[in-house]
Amino acid sequence: MSKTLKFIGAAGATLFAALPAFAQEAAEAVADGAAAATAAVAEGPIKAPTVEQMATMVDKGDTTWMLISSALVLLMSIPALALFYGGLVRTKNMLSLLMQVFMIVSVAALVWVTYGYSLAFTSGGPFIGGLSKAFLAGVSTTTYAATFSNNVYIPEYAFVIFQMTFACITPALIVGAFAERIKFTPLMIFTVLWLTFAYFPIAHMVWYWAGPDFLVDAPTDVGFLWGKAALDFAGGTVVHINAGIAGLVGCLIIGKRVGFGKEATPPHSLTMTMIGASLLWVGWFGFNAGSNLESNGIAALAFMNTFVATAAAAVAWCIIEQLHHGKPSLLGAVTGAVAGLVAITPASGFAAPMTSILLGFVASAVCYLFVAVVKNKLKYDDTLDVFGVHGIGGIVGAIGTAIVADPALGGQGWIDYTVFPAVPGEYVMVDQLISQLWAVGTTVLWTGLVSAVLFYGLKFTLGLRPTEEAEREGLDLSSHGERAYNY
Amino acid sequence: MKYIIAVIKPHKLDPVREALTALGVSGMTVTEVKGFGRQKGQTEIYRGAEYETNMVPKVKIEIACATDQAPAVIEAIQHAAETGAIGDGKIFEFELAGALRIRTGDTNETAL
Repeated sequence: MSKTLKFIGAAGATLFAALPAFAQEAAEAVADGAAAATAAVAEGPIKAPTVEQMATMVDKGDTTWMLISSALVLLMSIPALALFYGGLVRTKNMLSLLMQVFMIVSVAALVWVTYGYSLAFTSGGPFIGGLSKAFLAGVSTTTYAATFSNNVYIPEYAFVIFQMTFACITPALIVGAFAERIKFTPLMIFTVLWLTFAYFPIAHMVWYWAGPDFLVDAPTDVGFLWGKAALDFAGGTVVHINAGIAGLVGCLIIGKRVGFGKEATPPHSLTMTMIGASLLWVGWFGFNAGSNLESNGIAALAFMNTFVATAAAAVAWCIIEQLHHGKPSLLGAVTGAVAGLVAITPASGFAAPMTSILLGFVASAVCYLFVAVVKNKLKYDDTLDVFGVHGIGGIVGAIGTAIVADPALGGQGWIDYTVFPAVPGEYVMVDQLISQLWAVGTTVLWTGLVSAVLFYGLKFTLGLRPTEEAEREGLDLSSHGERAYNY
Repeated sequence: MKYIIAVIKPHKLDPVREALTALGVSGMTVTEVKGFGRQKGQTEIYRGAEYETNMVPKVKIEIACATDQAPAVIEAIQHAAETGAIGDGKIFEFELAGALRIRTGDTNETAL
């Protein structure tokens, strides 16, 4: 089978994507030839089912799980990420972080239903979708999204909502890199533009495909990186590498905080940070296990992997700190946990629990190197380590996925959807590594370029930084006229 | 009358209070404070970034007592607050010009 026909997935059902738009159109196209298919439900799987047939292929358990998962992923951004980040800045900037995250989520949700969903998840080209579903045109209670199993569908609204929560959290992750020194309005404008030119294209490239029942008839209707056979179960490239690189570019272009390296800027509340990190962990079960789109054994596997990789990464970070500084720290433990969560994200539905633990250990060690050593040596002000944890952890996870997904190591391998019904594909680790490198390289270059253009554009027009006086006073008062704490 | 100010380690507050109660000292004022002396500060490390904090948390105790009671009070505080390590704190002794109990109008030693 040629490389471009190698489509991934995990045993039975995995990977991310669903293509209701296409599914429906194709369904209509084939409907004539398959007029008798309605009666064939009992006789075996239906290739390219009609909308009416899809309606019989929706499971209430799957739908429930997707709605619960969506709420869990929203919990990850508000309040979890907001508290995690907020606790790490100084008291005078706490409220600004809470506000930035909260409003990015709100703005991104509106952009998503306006044109984001359409650009990411409709057929268009290998790099971006079309506008046929702008303003959610055509999406109704009787349209369906494909999963990773033949003849299993979920309501399209559930899919739109689930994916919306991903579009909400990704730009919110970026703000940690230039916390304590960004103007609010330009940040909101950046959010809209970055979603449009970086997030939606990458999401389309990685996750768009025709769906298991339709790919056979439309083998080229896939995103660029899907076609490269890149595995990304829950968004290691789309969410974490994407945000990590944008954060790095942002903190370099915006510059260091006033007093960086001279004044002490310790976290103002590690209590808040611990609450935030713990809620991130909880929400991440929706993020990873929900990415299976079905409530089944693979979802449970992703849940398990998300649990143990994170625990391993927290333990690893503490051990490294004990050896390096003589004391394990709470901030280290939660930072390690987040690094583990990031790294297991692309691998969550592919790895085995024991290889997940190894991935957690490795990711923690590599992220520690970047956060505690490399950053201090190079002296860039990635304030809350968005690049060091999400960018680096995401890259470790994306590459590690090629290893842990190998069935020889207990992984789930990939599913060949070019035949109907789908069958497990032959796993070649080296080929998979190359596919993963394609995904990492494309994401880094694309988002790096887009982010640089956007940040420079805003820097020389509206300006990105508050005045030095405003920054010294703290963004809470100077940007929002409020304090986080009054006592 | 004497006015005694002692700056001690926070965890020594209870032993000092017990020792003074045993002496019949009927009241004191306690404040959480920060400061530095010979004891050097602590190093805090957040994700590999080290911060020197040179202000150390202490507890400040203020006591007013009769002149003849002062040596016993000072000795009791010293005894109860001592750990033998740098940073045990200091005790200062002042002459007290007067005292007044607001409720009754009692003055000087009757007010203590």
